[in-house]
Amino acid sequence: MTPRFSSVQQVREGLRDVNYLADDGIAGVAFLADRLAKPILVEGPAGTGKTQLAKSIADMTGSRLIRLQCYEGLDESKALYEWNYKKQLLRIQADKNSDGWSEIHDDIFSREFLLTRPLLEAISAPDPVVLLIDEVDRVEVETEALLLEILSEYQVSIPELGTITATQIPMVFLTSNNTRELSEALKRRCLYLHVDYPSMEREKEIVLTKVEGITENLADQVARIVRSIRQLDLKKSPSVSETLDWARTIMLLNIETIDAQVAKDTLHVLLKYQTDIAKAAKELSVDLV
Amino acid sequence: MLDLLAGFVTELRNAGLPVSLTENLDAMEAVQHIPIEDRDAFKYALGATLVKNSAHWRSFETVFEVYFSMRGPEYKLVEGSEDELEQMWREMQEQMKQGDGRGSSGGMDALTPEEIAQMLMQALMNGDQALMRALAKQAVQRFAGMEPGRPVGGTYYLYRTLRNLDLEGMLQKLMDASRQEVGGELTALEERLEKDEYESRIEQFKKEIEAEIRRRLVADRGAEAMAKTLRKPLPEDVEFMHASRDEMQALKKSLYPLTRKLAARLARKRRHGRKGPLDFRNTVRHSLSYGGTPAEPKFKYPRPAKPELMVVADISGSVAAFARFTLMLVYAIQNQFSKVRSFVFIDGIDEVTDFFKGTEDISEAIHRVNTEADVVWVDGHSDYGHAFEVFWEKYGKDVGPKTTVLFLGDARNNYHASQAWVIKEIRQKARQVYWLNPEPRSYWNTGDSIVGEYGAHTDGTFECRNLRQLESFVEKLV
Repeated sequence: MTPRFSSVQQVREGLRDVNYLADDGIAGVAFLADRLAKPILVEGPAGTGKTQLAKSIADMTGSRLIRLQCYEGLDESKALYEWNYKKQLLRIQADKNSDGWSEIHDDIFSREFLLTRPLLEAISAPDPVVLLIDEVDRVEVETEALLLEILSEYQVSIPELGTITATQIPMVFLTSNNTRELSEALKRRCLYLHVDYPSMEREKEIVLTKVEGITENLADQVARIVRSIRQLDLKKSPSVSETLDWARTIMLLNIETIDAQVAKDTLHVLLKYQTDIAKAAKELSVDLV
Repeated sequence: MLDLLAGFVTELRNAGLPVSLTENLDAMEAVQHIPIEDRDAFKYALGATLVKNSAHWRSFETVFEVYFSMRGPEYKLVEGSEDELEQMWREMQEQMKQGDGRGSSGGMDALTPEEIAQMLMQALMNGDQALMRALAKQAVQRFAGMEPGRPVGGTYYLYRTLRNLDLEGMLQKLMDASRQEVGGELTALEERLEKDEYESRIEQFKKEIEAEIRRRLVADRGAEAMAKTLRKPLPEDVEFMHASRDEMQALKKSLYPLTRKLAARLARKRRHGRKGPLDFRNTVRHSLSYGGTPAEPKFKYPRPAKPELMVVADISGSVAAFARFTLMLVYAIQNQFSKVRSFVFIDGIDEVTDFFKGTEDISEAIHRVNTEADVVWVDGHSDYGHAFEVFWEKYGKDVGPKTTVLFLGDARNNYHASQAWVIKEIRQKARQVYWLNPEPRSYWNTGDSIVGEYGAHTDGTFECRNLRQLESFVEKLV
């Protein structure tokens, strides 16, 4: 199995090519994950590009992205595999007249009657894939155990069929918003990557790449105002995606420079709570009537 | 290398980070894939394999700095970078057309403090990282007055260096300079942005200085000894009673995710105790998958009653920080209780529930509690006995069979009458009574502490010195 990336630098440049600006940490961990064949657990505040990272890596390596969205109540039959019992019934009925019971018995528990769900799909795929297990903190602690086998051994054991081992090792990303502590067993199997709000310089670059036609000067202003707002003690700090929305709004309004009036009129794109808006307006000395 | 990593991991464990054997092995393997000269990549490789909690990152960084600060070409002590720095200084002087002959020959050591200040201002103004780093080194060499073998902590040297640099004044000057640049007044918004910009640069400069001091200390005393003195407790292990201001900030930050985590876990617990009655409709619906055989019985979720909570907190100076955190925690997970009422006392007692209502900002509510609540009766020294008596008189009738009463305090009663009968009476009426004490257990019942006397009438008395203990208690509560 040949490694996907040759150096950290290459990861970063590749990501840049697909419009994802990685910092040292992100590129470094992605590189290591490939070399060590380990999943990456990405944690951080909402809207900092965790999911986007997985998509971009898939994009960059030209792999297929398989996504498993986690939610409370997710179980084996939705995450791993399920037997297609309707088809099995049909098979039994079609063979009613023949008498080879053991033959049918073996037959109905074969690959043909297996419905693959995202996890099994990811390891049985012949082409290169990136597996994204999104918001893993939403499942119950008990359900996490489902993931353990696939994360450490890249295999799925099906009692009736045996063990299916991966033909190629997929890149695996798990994202978490840190609403609860994940189990030690899960953490131990992963590389850990904390994605925080970007530094001002990086945020400016992100704005420049993602918002078409924005001037350097305006992007700088946007990034600086957002940084000042993030320093306040708010209920919800503006995320990167909200920064981008804001920059786009300002572009649409054909505004050249941001002054107090503009900031006041558009602050609600950036902040979603009335108390936060009032606070930010006050702190930035923008009169909000 | 192997020895170094082993020492590093041991130190991480000493600092309280949970590093398992497999993680250790992963780290060993990871560093083989990383070119060792690339210090940042090396750091992230170790971080990704060894640290699995973002709150622990700071502790990790400190230990990393100590262990690997000396290794890396750009991190040599002053000698190596001297030429480069001179070069920069000369260029700058030419730029500014101030070359009065000295700059071209003197080198860094010959500069006067005024010139250094000038350079620093220039560096901060332009955000010139390399110059800032060089200046930090120079400043430490010049002002910190470090003596080998002297058993002083890094903070002392930091203080000495910063005192000589007058960064506060620098901020003012920078602001003036940028005002001049635009020729007149800045708007309020611009002012604020400029200030934030400079503040962050100054903050960065301070960090450079700190790092430089650390490097020198490590060079002097060796990594193992330094790691020990610099060791910082993890946020959840910081004691409420002895937290410094920085630690308080960190504590506050980690309180929010904690409350969310706690609320989610408690809600789940509430929903998932699978002891409800059979859900007939759901069972029949699912039996369709099995050809009509009810093979998989489904149960209704139980809906246990939410408890009512009364928090009675001592907010006298000694335990105020602790009470504040507990109140914040309780209010943050308010939806787990059907009703929360809080009372604060020193020697008088007052209800503060309303301060928390209608405001989304818990810290503001806490501030109001501290300034507006009427808690002083005679002299403002703790008098548990009197406070409890008044509590019983005024609010005792509100304690009912669903109520859980929570007392917070160190029970240091200044030798007043204890009035422990109040607790006894409350316990007879209430569902549960708990006492949380922020003091270490070994201090209990020494001096004027009478926690034993009160504790005898409660359902449990708990030591609650840090977030970890507080968290485990709240979990027990619901």
